[in-house]
Amino acid sequence: MSTPAASGSTATGSDGNGSLARYPGWILAPGLCWAVLFFFVPLLIVLAVSFASRGTYGGVLWTFSLTNYVNLLHPLYFRIFGRSIFFAAVTTALCLVLGFPLAYYIARLPRRRQGLWLVLVLIPFWTNFLVRTYAWMFILRTEGVINKLLMGAGLIDAPIELLYSDAAVLLGLVYGYLPFMVLPLYAAVERLDPALVEAACDLYASRWSVFRRVVLPLTKPGVIAGCLLVFMPSLGAFITPDLLGGARSMMVGNLIQHEYLVVRDWPLGSALSFVLMGVLIAAMAVYYRIDAGMNQEGSRR
Amino acid sequence: MADCSVETRNLVKRHGAATAVDRVSLQIGRGEFFSILGPSGAGKTSVLRLLAGFERPDEGEVLIEGCPMTGVPPHRRPVNLVFQSYALFPHLTVFQNVAFGLEMRRLPGAEIESRVRAALEMVKLEKQRTRLPSQLSGGEQQRVALARALVNRPAVVLLDEPLAALDQQLRQEMQVELKAIQEQVGVTMVCVTHHQEEALIMSDRVAVMDRGRVLQVGRPRDIYETPASLFVARFVGLSNELTGSVVKLEQGLCGVDPSGLASFRPIMVRCLQDLAIGDRVTVVLRPERVRLSTDLPPPGCENVLAARVEKTIYSGHELHYLLRLSDQVLWKARVANGAGDLKRFAAGEQVFVRWNADEGIVLRA
Repeated sequence: MSTPAASGSTATGSDGNGSLARYPGWILAPGLCWAVLFFFVPLLIVLAVSFASRGTYGGVLWTFSLTNYVNLLHPLYFRIFGRSIFFAAVTTALCLVLGFPLAYYIARLPRRRQGLWLVLVLIPFWTNFLVRTYAWMFILRTEGVINKLLMGAGLIDAPIELLYSDAAVLLGLVYGYLPFMVLPLYAAVERLDPALVEAACDLYASRWSVFRRVVLPLTKPGVIAGCLLVFMPSLGAFITPDLLGGARSMMVGNLIQHEYLVVRDWPLGSALSFVLMGVLIAAMAVYYRIDAGMNQEGSRR
Repeated sequence: MADCSVETRNLVKRHGAATAVDRVSLQIGRGEFFSILGPSGAGKTSVLRLLAGFERPDEGEVLIEGCPMTGVPPHRRPVNLVFQSYALFPHLTVFQNVAFGLEMRRLPGAEIESRVRAALEMVKLEKQRTRLPSQLSGGEQQRVALARALVNRPAVVLLDEPLAALDQQLRQEMQVELKAIQEQVGVTMVCVTHHQEEALIMSDRVAVMDRGRVLQVGRPRDIYETPASLFVARFVGLSNELTGSVVKLEQGLCGVDPSGLASFRPIMVRCLQDLAIGDRVTVVLRPERVRLSTDLPPPGCENVLAARVEKTIYSGHELHYLLRLSDQVLWKARVANGAGDLKRFAAGEQVFVRWNADEGIVLRA
């Protein structure tokens, strides 16, 4: 869902740029048509279905009601949503902590060596996500690489249950979405003038103060972009929790997939999808509110 | 030196195979305005970065206020750097920029407030305290950068090409103002510049550097009027040159027979180096020392050479002449516009070039 949204925002963004303003409006048309036809219209269909009800054999009965949304007030769904938000938040935090030093390191390399490192970050994308997740299963399972190595070294007697755990899900999510954090952070750090860091050092700032007072505020757009790019897909992820978490670890994405494909309750699945979207929009709104508040406070003096 | 603010001892910094700083030993007194002058690539910025602690010397050491700085990181050195690009924090206001160093040292809020206000007053920016750097002119940004360094009351302020980004007029105003502020505060300043006039105007002493080495250290007047080498003579100002051989030595003066020029008698100039009869030398004379006349002046203690005016240039406050002394020798003369006995010469005119013996110097070729 992020692709059409992103292309739409780029097109409108160019309006504000004076040098591009002379381009006629119709160059928007292809992207706009695509977005309306294949993104906006299906979304409306899903919205409509979320107010319908399930037929006996899994069809959609077009009777308008709020039943699906009322049913979602069940504590079970709250637990799954809470769990998903928690997983997505932890994934985002881990990606940020792991990604920032990496992005900073790459952005401060000599320019001709940056390309190689960026390619290394992107290499996983050359392989299908499903295949890569299966690879993790081979690494983590009881007869997997890690257990064999540990047992071979005599560190453990019996294999440890690494797969089908929350940790395995987090590992998979962080692995899958880390590049989405690294790339915007790299772009932000790359634009940061190294002289500003030196100036802060010169003005008695410790490493931590340099980071907190200069590097972080000036790379904030990259941090925001990276967090959104990681948080949003991890919240709706279903392959990773399905394969690495097993039956015990259900996230919203699995639930929606389950409702659509297993239970064949499309209306409930649609309602779930819209609540998920609502959660995402709310999270973003809260974030921007906090951010705007901080900016105001920051420039008061 | 007992009252030494900055001292470097045999400082060496290599970048790969190249030696950026080659055995530099400087002693800079407390309260002195000291400039390091040199062409780009001379290693002067490297010296500054070694003083600030951004780079570690491969050999030698830096002492600030008598304390060895080996292993001391930038944020623990009692020096503040004014960056060439100013490096103002774009997300902080003028006030916050200037307060940054004091906040990092955890000074009480009231003291920060009063010290920042005083610093902004000194650079005449009280009214802009809530502006962001992007809302300031280049000159104002330069002042913020200066205030941000001075407010910390460091032992030494380091300046990296401080006025390079300003236009000519503002630059000249800031040269005077920077020097005035330095004298008022009494802080030691070490300034790196490639701009010779700027170095001469602001400095108490100047070090001329080339290819990593310090060639000469001295007061502006020494550097300009008694350069120790041809490089210094050429870099610190325009110089007219004549090559020849020494034919006479007497009382600090040196007689030179200029090769390829018809001279009535040896050219007499000041001699500062240890020379012997027959040495190949270069006579150096600043363009503003050249006097011109149409008639052959009466014989006296002056040097006289014949020349033809090749071109005249009017620059407002000065008249510039290009003078052809021989096929190989082209001299420049600069005469203040409005000088009492000003006589204008036209291109093609035959003139006599004159100067006193103590106005030129001779350097080993």
